[in-house]
Amino acid sequence: MAYTKRFDGRAIDETRPMVAKVGVVPRADGSAMLKIGGTTAIVAVYGPREMHPKFMQNPRGGVLRCHYNMMPFSGHGERVRPGQNRRAKEISRVIENALRPVVDLSAFPNAVVDVFIELSETDAGTRCAGVTAAAMALADAGIDMKDLVAAVAVGFVDDRVVADLTYNEEHYNDYSDIEDKDRPVADIPIAMLPTTGEIVLLQMDGKVKREHLKAALELGQKVCRDINEVQRRALKEKYQE
Amino acid sequence: MELLKEHILRGLDKNVRLDGRKLTDYRPVSIDYDISRSAEGSARVRVGQTEILSGVKMSIAEPYPDTPDKGNLMVNAELIPLSSPEFEVGPPSDWSIEVARITDRGIRESGALEPKTLCITPGKAVWSVMVDVIPVNDAGNLLDAAGLAAVAALSHANFPGVKDGKADYETRTEKRLTLSSTPIPVTVWKIGRHLLVDPLPEEEMVVDARLTITTTADGTIVALQKGGEASLTVSEVDEMVGIAQDVAGKMRSLLR
Repeated sequence: MAYTKRFDGRAIDETRPMVAKVGVVPRADGSAMLKIGGTTAIVAVYGPREMHPKFMQNPRGGVLRCHYNMMPFSGHGERVRPGQNRRAKEISRVIENALRPVVDLSAFPNAVVDVFIELSETDAGTRCAGVTAAAMALADAGIDMKDLVAAVAVGFVDDRVVADLTYNEEHYNDYSDIEDKDRPVADIPIAMLPTTGEIVLLQMDGKVKREHLKAALELGQKVCRDINEVQRRALKEKYQE
Repeated sequence: MELLKEHILRGLDKNVRLDGRKLTDYRPVSIDYDISRSAEGSARVRVGQTEILSGVKMSIAEPYPDTPDKGNLMVNAELIPLSSPEFEVGPPSDWSIEVARITDRGIRESGALEPKTLCITPGKAVWSVMVDVIPVNDAGNLLDAAGLAAVAALSHANFPGVKDGKADYETRTEKRLTLSSTPIPVTVWKIGRHLLVDPLPEEEMVVDARLTITTTADGTIVALQKGGEASLTVSEVDEMVGIAQDVAGKMRSLLR
């Protein structure tokens, strides 16, 4: 009973192996990539630059604008048709909301900072990888920030709270060999400011009880601090040697 | 722009480019395979600072009525705004359509991917092969890089399994797509009276004409596309073909 051993053998609070790098898009003002297991996010930041269309300009400060996109070959199943869809739009908005609290664009009225988030391969946790890499790219672009933002999907899989869910774990009932195919699964992407633990992105799909949610969020705080170490190391590496 | 062109031309007169290269020098090229676990086949091509990804997805479709035993090939280019400040959000630009079509034409006309090898049940089910090429950083010469990336990804693509008449993406078979030849597009660019290869973005901006020449290993030309407003003489075209065959041979030796 219960999810005692993870499909890939990880500890419950362990993320998949991470590779992080900044400066991966030389033509951009700032950029970063984060590979976490089978999910890879590439992020480029352009700006502050003039905002188009003009009616979206804000005379009181610059605007942060995010664009989340899956490359057509990056989906779990069939090819993903290029272009905007409802899911990408929603994710772009929640990522913006996660990053806006840490960036200070007050010195750039009427300007925009564009953050382009592209996924080249996916195995769940794409918005979290996107936020984490986007924060690194913004820092790489020299945008004023009061903290980085780190993100991870925590979850609740058959009575266990686990960190950094894979696709198989999100679809636990399809992949587990237990007979009861109606075990509770919850996927909870969260993003937070590593210094204070404040939550800036929070979503949930599935079913979870109040006490489990609290446990999951506390686990998320711990894991985000681990992820933040990876972010910091990558940013420093660019300036070594 | 005119000042930039004058500056570039002054260098070209002395056989020196903006980055110090000679006219027909190519920047270092590298190819990595299997860069996306999600795709049935994938590759990354770097040409200097230009980086482009290519991924192949396959699905099962009904064949067209007039070609019941032939599978389909589709090549698409997404010039995403992540890769250059020049690219914008929105529907495909003319440039991205041209990159896609030139890449597509070389593979299609060479017959490298024999459509009959994609047939599962004649008249009922065939494989649809979709190749996407997507730049991560556009530091010039996307045309050649896209063509090389597409061939690299195709040559490393494995068929997914089949379950209930549909592709089963949970399993990937050992069976590879087979390419019977390696069509490599090489674009020769004309600025003033000079011919050069592998341009930087600044050189692309001031170009007068270009000719993309796709050749296979024995030098056969399988696709041509002229771009730009200036005209070309017959002897220029002939010289361009020679340059393209030469460069394509070097690129082909990098593939595995």
